[in-house]
Amino acid sequence: MKFARFEGTRDAYGATLAKLGHEDPRIVALTADLAGSTKTSLFAKEHPSRFFNMGVAEADMMGVAAGFAMSGFRPFASTFAVFATGKAWEQVRQVIAYPKVPVRIVATHAGLTVGEDGASHQMLEDLTLMRVLPHMTVIVPADAIEAAAVTRFAASHDEGPVYVRLSREKFPIVLDEGYAFELGKSPILAAGTDVSIVACGVMVSAALQARELLGRDGISAEVVNASSVKPLDRETILASAKKTRAVVTAEEHQVAGGLGSAVCELLAEERPTPVVRVGMQDEFGQSGSADVLLAHYGLDAHGLVAAAKRVLAR
Amino acid sequence: MEIEALKRKANALRGDVLRMVTLADSGHPGGALGMADVLTVLFYRFLRHDPLRPDWPERDRFLLSNGHACPILYAILADRGYFPKEELWLLRKLGALLQGHPSTAWEIPGVEVSSGSLGNGLSVALGMAMAARLDGRDSRIYCSISDAECQEGQPWEAATAAVHYGVDRLCAILDWNGCQIDGHTKTVMDVGDLAAKFRAFGWNVCEISGHDVDAIVSSFDAFLGAAGSGRPTFLACRNTLGKGVSFMEDEPKWHHGALSPDELARALSELGVVLPR
Ligand SMILES: Cc1ncc(C[n+]2csc(CCOP(=O)(O)OP(=O)(O)O)c2C)c(N)n1
Repeated sequence: MKFARFEGTRDAYGATLAKLGHEDPRIVALTADLAGSTKTSLFAKEHPSRFFNMGVAEADMMGVAAGFAMSGFRPFASTFAVFATGKAWEQVRQVIAYPKVPVRIVATHAGLTVGEDGASHQMLEDLTLMRVLPHMTVIVPADAIEAAAVTRFAASHDEGPVYVRLSREKFPIVLDEGYAFELGKSPILAAGTDVSIVACGVMVSAALQARELLGRDGISAEVVNASSVKPLDRETILASAKKTRAVVTAEEHQVAGGLGSAVCELLAEERPTPVVRVGMQDEFGQSGSADVLLAHYGLDAHGLVAAAKRVLAR
Repeated sequence: MEIEALKRKANALRGDVLRMVTLADSGHPGGALGMADVLTVLFYRFLRHDPLRPDWPERDRFLLSNGHACPILYAILADRGYFPKEELWLLRKLGALLQGHPSTAWEIPGVEVSSGSLGNGLSVALGMAMAARLDGRDSRIYCSISDAECQEGQPWEAATAAVHYGVDRLCAILDWNGCQIDGHTKTVMDVGDLAAKFRAFGWNVCEISGHDVDAIVSSFDAFLGAAGSGRPTFLACRNTLGKGVSFMEDEPKWHHGALSPDELARALSELGVVLPR
């Protein structure tokens, strides 16, 4: 399967946020010396008075964003995922999640696809760190179209904090232009009967490729886009597991604590089903180009095909 | 090493930095070029270390808290014999020894701490200095930090504790180049007079041009002489990002980014570095 279009989820975020800034004067954007990298620079250009570069000070940025939200603004706070959730986890927990303050934490450069900067910058634990926080919503757009839709959703979501996970690389476009994001809904992108691949982020495109490869071997795979990691779409995932009785989870993240864990928790309690989790197997990454790293760690279509065959052999 | 030799060495190392980043097609050349002089003086004249025994317990330590500047550290470590120079040309490739940011997990010989996330290093250096004192070892701990790194809170926590515990075998080296990713530090987030701030925290402060090799030598001498003073030393180096290459100097965009082959050739000729064939 060849994809025709590639676009960065962070590019879609930046462009959408700048646009939303014209519609909603209560939106403010903050970054921590990463305006260009997070694409909040686009918002800065069009709305300079509502843009705040806080310097290399992520903890401060989160606190300031909370202050804005508590004063009736709609703050978007953006930096790399490793710093948004690692450097400032305590601030996110105490002054954002616990008091249920609607700060939109939109983090870029998540996962292995950060590439050459290496393990220090490849955030592979952020879904875990954010998912365990009560009140927190966690979303991983599959492509730029979903990233734009999620940005719009986040702007209007005043009920509590949201964590959105974006990437550095340009990812294949897998959704249609008219796609509508709905929180807690995981649309089935391609139906199948033998194995369910529940994926998020760049792994959704890999799952679609794996589905095609599996089809050549007579295996029918169903692909679920689990962009809504929290809340999870329990109904869709349970129904898919009921139908196929074999599940592969796929994420650019540690297998502990992220999407794979969330799916296992659900299935263990509601419908015990064989599962193989594709992701980082309790190790840190390393430097290398994005594609080379994904293949090296088995986070690609071939890794998913192998995982599907393993779960079906059980 | 004598003054003139140190200057020549620093320039040759700048050439290595630029080749590494060009071959890797990514990385952070700007800060690395700016720190070449002070780190050359440290590694070729002051640091007590043994490249054949990187884990010699009595050694002095150098920690690069502003980990992105690692090309200059790697170039120095290779030149001092910690690993073969060929490793430099594999920087940032899958399976390579030299990671995009310094890593002890990856066991890069001579690297004392994993870094890359700004703000952490000075605390670790303080811990090492306190441990050396408790052990009765005469190790000196040197730690570089960057000016934008001082926008984080943690360096100030370490700065407070180092004075509280009277740790005088700790020397922080500030890469004060006024640049960061999004622009000049003055416009992004002004950090003010860092020398005055550290002085107010109780540190011995030397403020020098980080490209004046004589001044660097006397400042390190002063640090050695401060043994027993009960105060840590802050060596505030006024550096120029991209030092030595006219089109890179004080241009924040060269914080990171690879040079084109053409730019590399121009840069090397400005530095007077001839590529070995
Ligand atoms: C905690 C943390 N936040 C953000 C970054 C991303 N980042 C890398 S270098 C840098 C700042 C660059 O300025 P400075 O450290 O002064 O280095 P220079 O450009 O002078 O080399 C930033 C924000 C980081 N590495 N760590």
